[in-house]
Amino acid sequence: MAALAAETPSGQAPGGFFARFTAPALPGWLQAAPLAIVFGLFFVLPLIFVTVVSFWDYNDYEIIPSFTVRSYVETFEGCIDQFPDLCTILQTYVSTLKFCIIVWASTLVIGFTVAYFLAFHVRSLKWQIALTLLCTIPFWTSNVIRMISWIPLLGRNGLVNDALVSLHLVREPVGWLLYSQFSVVLAFIHLFTFFMIVPIFNSMARIDHRLVEAAYDAGASGWQTLWNVVIPLSKPGIVIGSIFVVTIVMGDFVTVGVMGGQQIASAGKIISTRLDALQFPPAAANAVIVLGITLVIINLLTRLVDIRREL
Amino acid sequence: MSNESETATDVSRRLLLKGAGAAAGVAVGSQAITGFPAVWSQEPKVLRYLGTAVNQSSDIAKKLKEDTGIILQYISVDTDEVTKRAITQPNSFDMLDTEYFALKKLIPSGNLLAMDAKKIANFDKVTPVLTKGELPNGKKIGDQGTAPKKVMFLEGQHSTKFSATPTEWVTLIPTTYNADTLGIRPDLIKRPITSWAELLNPEFKGKAAILNIPSIGIMDAAMVMEATGQHTYADKGNMTRPEIDMTIKLLTEAKKSGQFRAFWSDFNESVNLMASGETVIQSMWSPAVTAVRSKGIPCTFQPLKEGYRSWATGFALSKGVTGKKAELAYEFVNWFLSGWAGAYLFRQGYYSGVLDTAKAHMEPYEWAYWMEGKPAEKDIHAPNGSLLEKAGTVRDGGSFETRMGGVACWNAVMDENDYMVRKWNGFIAA
Repeated sequence: MAALAAETPSGQAPGGFFARFTAPALPGWLQAAPLAIVFGLFFVLPLIFVTVVSFWDYNDYEIIPSFTVRSYVETFEGCIDQFPDLCTILQTYVSTLKFCIIVWASTLVIGFTVAYFLAFHVRSLKWQIALTLLCTIPFWTSNVIRMISWIPLLGRNGLVNDALVSLHLVREPVGWLLYSQFSVVLAFIHLFTFFMIVPIFNSMARIDHRLVEAAYDAGASGWQTLWNVVIPLSKPGIVIGSIFVVTIVMGDFVTVGVMGGQQIASAGKIISTRLDALQFPPAAANAVIVLGITLVIINLLTRLVDIRREL
Repeated sequence: MSNESETATDVSRRLLLKGAGAAAGVAVGSQAITGFPAVWSQEPKVLRYLGTAVNQSSDIAKKLKEDTGIILQYISVDTDEVTKRAITQPNSFDMLDTEYFALKKLIPSGNLLAMDAKKIANFDKVTPVLTKGELPNGKKIGDQGTAPKKVMFLEGQHSTKFSATPTEWVTLIPTTYNADTLGIRPDLIKRPITSWAELLNPEFKGKAAILNIPSIGIMDAAMVMEATGQHTYADKGNMTRPEIDMTIKLLTEAKKSGQFRAFWSDFNESVNLMASGETVIQSMWSPAVTAVRSKGIPCTFQPLKEGYRSWATGFALSKGVTGKKAELAYEFVNWFLSGWAGAYLFRQGYYSGVLDTAKAHMEPYEWAYWMEGKPAEKDIHAPNGSLLEKAGTVRDGGSFETRMGGVACWNAVMDENDYMVRKWNGFIAA
């Protein structure tokens, strides 16, 4: 790298400059140190604290630093004696996983389609950038305003219900449009499709268009090209996007709360209810459980494709 | 001619002197304000006031500064965050605004300092509703839950034990209190509502709501349990485990049959639900009902035969407040109870801690409407001047004696709070 930079004097000046003076002097571990320190201080250390606190005892107003598995035992309360009925924590995770699968599948289909359009049908870079920015519109307003603005749209006297009634599709306004599983999924898709679009688009933009042409020349149909050429080459983007969407949905409690009328359980909501009641250890225990389950899912996803190699 | 010119010079010289004096005054003033080092400048009189935005009126801060020079720095967070901060960062505030029921968690932490009632001029005039649990006429009122009288006094300044009888050491100086009930949309319900049982009446399927705060939601459900005759609690604000199970079961059945439209967690959310007609009957706060009504939408804060679920807020001192800061805090408390703030809170639809001093700052027709439950002689206006009620209307629930006398229970933290929160999570998941 350093030799390369030295040999091309007309190349990128800053890159060449740093490469020439610093790269040989600094060993690799030192170069990685700043990120490692930030990562250690603000991610690993808090995570260790959370895990430690999850094994502490507590009362109404303080955390007691003595080892106990109380928080875990109480979190899984009733899982054995209520069987085959599901206990609270299992019901919650069934619901959260259901949202995960539905939202993941929907954002994947929509995100892939949009990314495909951007990468293969929009030819000019300017338009690609402009249209990608357009996808960020859901993020232009604050979370709260976005949430509240669903009421005039999906509420009983909202625009959609008004339209349905005036078209005589329903006789009375329907209630399930808002504060329901439907509205939670809708809000998730509305918000998180963007996290699918960007990585998939990024992967697709790197696909050599000659490969697609070669496929056509070899007699492949449109679907065959898509299935055998585009999708395999977009895999890293798909997996990264999936990781984004799955981790956000697993940990979300604001969207589920507001769109579900606070009546739908989520892993995040259990944590937040516990925190609000000043019960930090059980909140920490639940956080550790969510983390564990999310890591398992991500591990499965990364088995499908080796991201490190692909990047 | 020369005389005239002399006079002119004279005048201008005098003006010049005056001007210089004024300029010097400004300079001195600005030094004091900007805090430039100056021997005679005082430290700015600042109190950091932690609480929820609802209880942090800029008008009160402004008037306080005019009257006493104290600058009230508001730190606004949400209800649960107030408690969290008090326990985890007691030095991040001087005064803390919270509900009486939170004291059961805050006082044992030792992070708050009791105030000396002897240094508070009007303390003996604080309404007996809060200090003794009785009306000014001596009638006892409901004390289920964390009634203020149970947590109002400590055994000593640094004690973490509540005293059952009044002592010199006060935990919270009352700011506002009120009696809560159900808000309804009379135009959509079209029949009289008289009982808490109506909250879970299948007639309002998909159009009812409760608060998304477990300890309050479960008490509303308990009011329904008693109203329908299913169970009578020894103390709705301190249930036993079987009682919690029973109450959660009632809520779960209602939820599964689709009774609730939503659980609201924010003032504006409750206003939106009611104003948009998503709900027609819900647990509500008085100012939220006023807010719906001010949009021209009929909404009633419906008095019910089983009584009200009441609450009270107040402010406390952080344990970090000593010396000069403590003097300042007492000055603030004395100002707060001297009437102007009380009258202000009355006009917002709350009751104030010291009734007499608030009365002195209100017009007789205002007092008659808010306090005595008489028909308004003139239009009733909010502190910001907006029209609340037209002349002739009567306050929902009537007089202070009828409303506060009808209190059935107080917002509470139960002994079995931990168990209740777990069951509540189960209810949400069901």
